[in-house]
Amino acid sequence: MALPVKTTDFLQETGGISVFTGRFFKEAFKPRYEISEFLRQCFVIGYRSLPLIGLTGFIMGLVLTMQLRPSLIEYGVESQLPAMVGIAIVREIGPVITALIFAGKIGSSIGAELGSMKVTEQIDAMEVSGTNPFKYLVVTRVAASTLMLPILVMISDAISLFGSYIGVNINGITSFPLFYTQVFNNLGFSDVLPAFVKSFFFGFAVGIISCYKGFYSNKGTEGVGQSANSSVVISSITIFVIDLIAVQITNVLNLN
Amino acid sequence: MEAQTIVQPEKKKSNQDVIIIKHLNKSFGSNKVLVDFNINLEKDENLVVMGKSGSGKSVLIKCIIGLLEPDSGTIEIFGRNIPDLDRNELDEIRAKVGFLFQGNALYDSMTVRQNLEFPLRRHWMNVNQPEVNKLVQEALDDVGLKHTINMMPAELSGGMRKRIALARTLILKPEIILYDEPTTGLDPGTAKEIIELIVAIQKKYRSSSLIISHDMNCVRLAADRVVMLIDGRCYAEGTYDSLKKSGDPKIKDLIE
Ligand SMILES: Nc1ncnc2c1ncn2[C@@H]1O[C@H](COP(=O)(O)OP(=O)(O)OP(=O)(O)O)[C@@H](O)[C@H]1O
Ligand SMILES: [Mg+2]
Repeated sequence: MALPVKTTDFLQETGGISVFTGRFFKEAFKPRYEISEFLRQCFVIGYRSLPLIGLTGFIMGLVLTMQLRPSLIEYGVESQLPAMVGIAIVREIGPVITALIFAGKIGSSIGAELGSMKVTEQIDAMEVSGTNPFKYLVVTRVAASTLMLPILVMISDAISLFGSYIGVNINGITSFPLFYTQVFNNLGFSDVLPAFVKSFFFGFAVGIISCYKGFYSNKGTEGVGQSANSSVVISSITIFVIDLIAVQITNVLNLN
Repeated sequence: MEAQTIVQPEKKKSNQDVIIIKHLNKSFGSNKVLVDFNINLEKDENLVVMGKSGSGKSVLIKCIIGLLEPDSGTIEIFGRNIPDLDRNELDEIRAKVGFLFQGNALYDSMTVRQNLEFPLRRHWMNVNQPEVNKLVQEALDDVGLKHTINMMPAELSGGMRKRIALARTLILKPEIILYDEPTTGLDPGTAKEIIELIVAIQKKYRSSSLIISHDMNCVRLAADRVVMLIDGRCYAEGTYDSLKKSGDPKIKDLIE
């Protein structure tokens, strides 16, 4: 079972990830910088998850619009449909769903990749080849996922809104400029900024947790599967916890 | 039990030690793996370390290359004590010491060429592309696998993988080579080829080698001197012929 069931396990895991995070910040800002590997990871992590995230984003926007319409008609505010969907997507659904899919795709692949490298001593082989594996493998992946997720969220938001536009047009005709105006007149800076900022944290959490699980994978091939699995489970839970904290902070800062 | 020397090895042509290990202790929890272990590796010699499975041979060799930190004792390579060195100083030493992993530790995600280029580019940062190509070709030539240059490790057989790992170890023309069980898991024919390769390489590059093995063929063909690691100590040392004559049951047990 991937979830830490016992409290001691939970505390141990949290402690381990905290120490790992500390080490990340210590190593990330010291030379030598692994620029080319970082760029390669940005490509792998960002570009390769684009089709999946685009597709889910599109369906999400479309379905959300179609589901909301009957209720809005009942209250006689059907014209508010684009505005409502826009806010829902940009503030909450876009970042969270994208992050969860990202955790599923990237988290599991990082966990499995580093896990199998650990188990087959490839990480040790890097070490003796004059490479700091923490910098080469962990820092690059965490930095790439931290930077790529916000970009993916923005792209996913845009595609979702397009899906929503199509959803609006299924039962009636709204011109694109009108739809666009309705969405963006109701979206403020305070809607976009917190969502954008929290997606950095989502990306960081997915990166650091899956690297941690992979880097300290148990011996044996069974350990690799476990690392991949618990990377996804723990990342997903952490995304919701961060989301919860983020909404509290935006409330306190009166950004609504 | 005291370590005993069965036969003093005859004095070597050169009397220079490239590795000197003194009073090495290493334990994992209550499991005492190495206890007051002492050996030296002379220049230009092939030293074979024998020991039962689980006797701590891999632990010993990992302490030498700095992958594991000993609890106490000194490991001097070229006159520098490994446990005292920081990462940069260790990298300097590691550029001159080749390490063949027990499980090969080839990078799964890279082609054979990239596997061989990795230590080159990491250790010698200013090496140019023609030079890299030349060295890669030369290393592959040494192990007779030129045609595999663009293959992935997963496409190779076990014996081929061992050879590629050997090529990767040799590419930096190391002065010392550490082999961790180079012939286990191979059929007798392939094992013999690998041993002959090791001997040929030692002649060609005039490197000093520390070979961990319990393969009698390997001991017979490659060893200038044999050390027996029993109960965490250097239990006996001498030439193959001298150890073969010994009546000690523990030695007989290892040497058949
Ligand atoms: N990282 C580790 N953590 C805990 N114990 C370890 C670790 N590495 C090795 N050991 C223990 O040290 C002992 C020696 O292991 P080692 O791998 O050196 O054996 P070996 O002599 O290389 O055996 P083999 O011939 O099977 O490779 C074993 O009892 C093993 O359980
Ligand atoms: Mg071993």
